Amino acid sequence: MQIDITDGEIRNLNQQLHAQPADSTTKCEVLNPNGAHAIAVGLNAPLNVSINGSTGYYCAGMNKHANVEVHGSVGPGAAENMMSGSLTVHGDASQYAGASGHGGLLNIKGNASSRCGISMKGINIVVHGNIGHMSAFMAQSGNLVVLGDAGDALGDSLYEARLYVRGNVKSLGADCIEKPMKEEHLTELTELLKQAGADATADQFKRYGSARELYHFNIDNASAY
Amino acid sequence: MDKTPNTTPRQSSTFDDYTLSEIRRAAATGIYDIRGGGAKRKLPHFDDLLFLGASMSRYPLEGYREKCTTNVVLGTRYAKKPITLDIPITIAGMSFGSLSGPAKESLGRGASMAGTSTTTGDGGMTEEERGHSKTLVYQYLPSRYGMNPDDLRRADAVEMVVGQGAKPGGGGMLLGQKISDRVASMRNLPAGIDQRSACRHPDWTGPDDLEIKILELREITDWQIPVFVKVGGARPYYDVALAVKSGADVIVLDGMQGGTAATQEVFIEHVGQPTLACIRPAVQALQDLGMHRKVQLIISGGIRNGADVAKALALGADAVSIGTAALVAIGDNDPRWAEEYEALGSAAGCYDDWHEGQDPAGITTQDPELMKRLDPEIAGRRLANYLNVLTLEAQTIARACGKNNIHNLEPEDLCALTVEAAAMAGVPLAGTQWVPGQQTYT
Ligand SMILES: Cc1cc2nc3c(=O)[nH]c(=O)nc-3n(C[C@H](O)[C@H](O)[C@H](O)COP(=O)(O)O)c2cc1C
Repeated sequence: MQIDITDGEIRNLNQQLHAQPADSTTKCEVLNPNGAHAIAVGLNAPLNVSINGSTGYYCAGMNKHANVEVHGSVGPGAAENMMSGSLTVHGDASQYAGASGHGGLLNIKGNASSRCGISMKGINIVVHGNIGHMSAFMAQSGNLVVLGDAGDALGDSLYEARLYVRGNVKSLGADCIEKPMKEEHLTELTELLKQAGADATADQFKRYGSARELYHFNIDNASAY
Repeated sequence: MDKTPNTTPRQSSTFDDYTLSEIRRAAATGIYDIRGGGAKRKLPHFDDLLFLGASMSRYPLEGYREKCTTNVVLGTRYAKKPITLDIPITIAGMSFGSLSGPAKESLGRGASMAGTSTTTGDGGMTEEERGHSKTLVYQYLPSRYGMNPDDLRRADAVEMVVGQGAKPGGGGMLLGQKISDRVASMRNLPAGIDQRSACRHPDWTGPDDLEIKILELREITDWQIPVFVKVGGARPYYDVALAVKSGADVIVLDGMQGGTAATQEVFIEHVGQPTLACIRPAVQALQDLGMHRKVQLIISGGIRNGADVAKALALGADAVSIGTAALVAIGDNDPRWAEEYEALGSAAGCYDDWHEGQDPAGITTQDPELMKRLDPEIAGRRLANYLNVLTLEAQTIARACGKNNIHNLEPEDLCALTVEAAAMAGVPLAGTQWVPGQQTYT
């Protein structure tokens, strides 16, 4: 099916997508997104949605099962709180990409702005370019893979998410440290790179994670809070 | 020679016992005091207002004979399925994690029996509360713990939490003691570690973003369920106006007496405005926008009895919400556990170290043994009884003021006992026609 949203009629689009049966793998092409917000949000079936152009805020928000592809760039909060399925972005992503995502793959072929993966809770994010400052802030679980560089304060107040960066990290946030790459990490990263179709090998990356020093309040760490 | 007379030892009112103990505690531990509950200091409150009742110019309704309706519909602005409550008193959002599963179940049972709603909290939706709440509001919080689209779709309304009265501008915390395996897995975090809930949403800041965020939530839920926006009592006029602008169906405004599960004492007592001071500016904002009664206003923070309910409604609220009082109704701080509260260094009626997870009443704990002390059927019945009393009391007052609908109570039915309350509530000081801050005599 093909849906044109030239006049910003996203309600019709989302309702048609929500009306698909739970096992539907229907292909849907979205024409003229023109930066509209909340395109293809709350999907709940293994649909294949292809968006021909750039989107506004929260594209594919709370996605479950569907595979959404954007032939353009995405605004803030792409794939926020995604549960499963995938969002592939052929351009760049604005702030908070993948915020609080629980699962699925967010595959950004360009760059991602600040706070990429903030509060992530199990999602896998692969960024083929660079990411901005405060990325993976309070990230709880899941993997953030960056083929390019990371901005300031990467992984501040990190919990158990794993961060893999190939390029330079401008600075690490509080309680985020470099950690050794073990066999399990190389295997996991190789698999993720393959899924994302990334032109890189696991051995080129460094791994960052939580020092776990802020897990229990300790007065001598007060300045780090 | 006579002994020089002793002057009586005098305690400073600036450095009173509590203050001294707090200085010593801070010096010994190096960490601020964390506790549950709301502001404990004396503040201008609903007690400072009185109803005038009926007299020559207004006649009362017969107490038990004449009707005084109490139902309220929330979410009439945009939602396809607004929610209808039999009484204008709802149960506030309290997190699973801070509260035990049986406590959540008790709240659901009591609220449903009394014909009203209950609300989830930080930490997600539990089966206990969904299963036992006829009408359940699902909170959307900065931490997004447990947030998922399936629970969103089975909620009767969604509540965007911007702030809370106990801590406008603050996040939450749940100390390691309370992070059982179940709580941890709902929050996607390791068990036993301190959990800091963010103070700001991860993917929006400011009213322009919020408008888009609300649009997204409406799109996900096909515009079916109402969207509430909850704010703490900070700048009620502007916060309410901006919530309306952002597309809220319902605004929940929580004053500084409002309880919390755990926050710094300094935050609870020193940030935010008293509930009484928040209501009129909020109503004014709605009236200025032509939205009063179209966007419903729910007031919370220190609501204890039917008189408080009636006063909040008279000042322009559509409904109220209760947290602390609901917990007390189901057994929190009950004197039957007096000895155990004392063993914890507190007393029945004062216990507020809810974050430590050792609540003898089995309410603010995740300890399986303590939790067993709370029977959700009995506790639910107690909450329903209490909600019924609040309603009867508020109706009694409304009838005495000649109203056949509790929402017909109005500021003109009130006077104030203190100059402060008169100024905050915008009603005359008792015995005068003086409303401080207003230019003209009414
Ligand atoms: C134990 C407890 C837990 C709470 N948890 C939350 C929460 O998760 N989210 C929220 O918005 N407010 C929370 N609150 C605040 C209540 O929703 C409500 O604003 C407040 O309790 C109202 O004031 P009252 O306690 O004086 O009735 C909590 C309050 C208490 C007492």
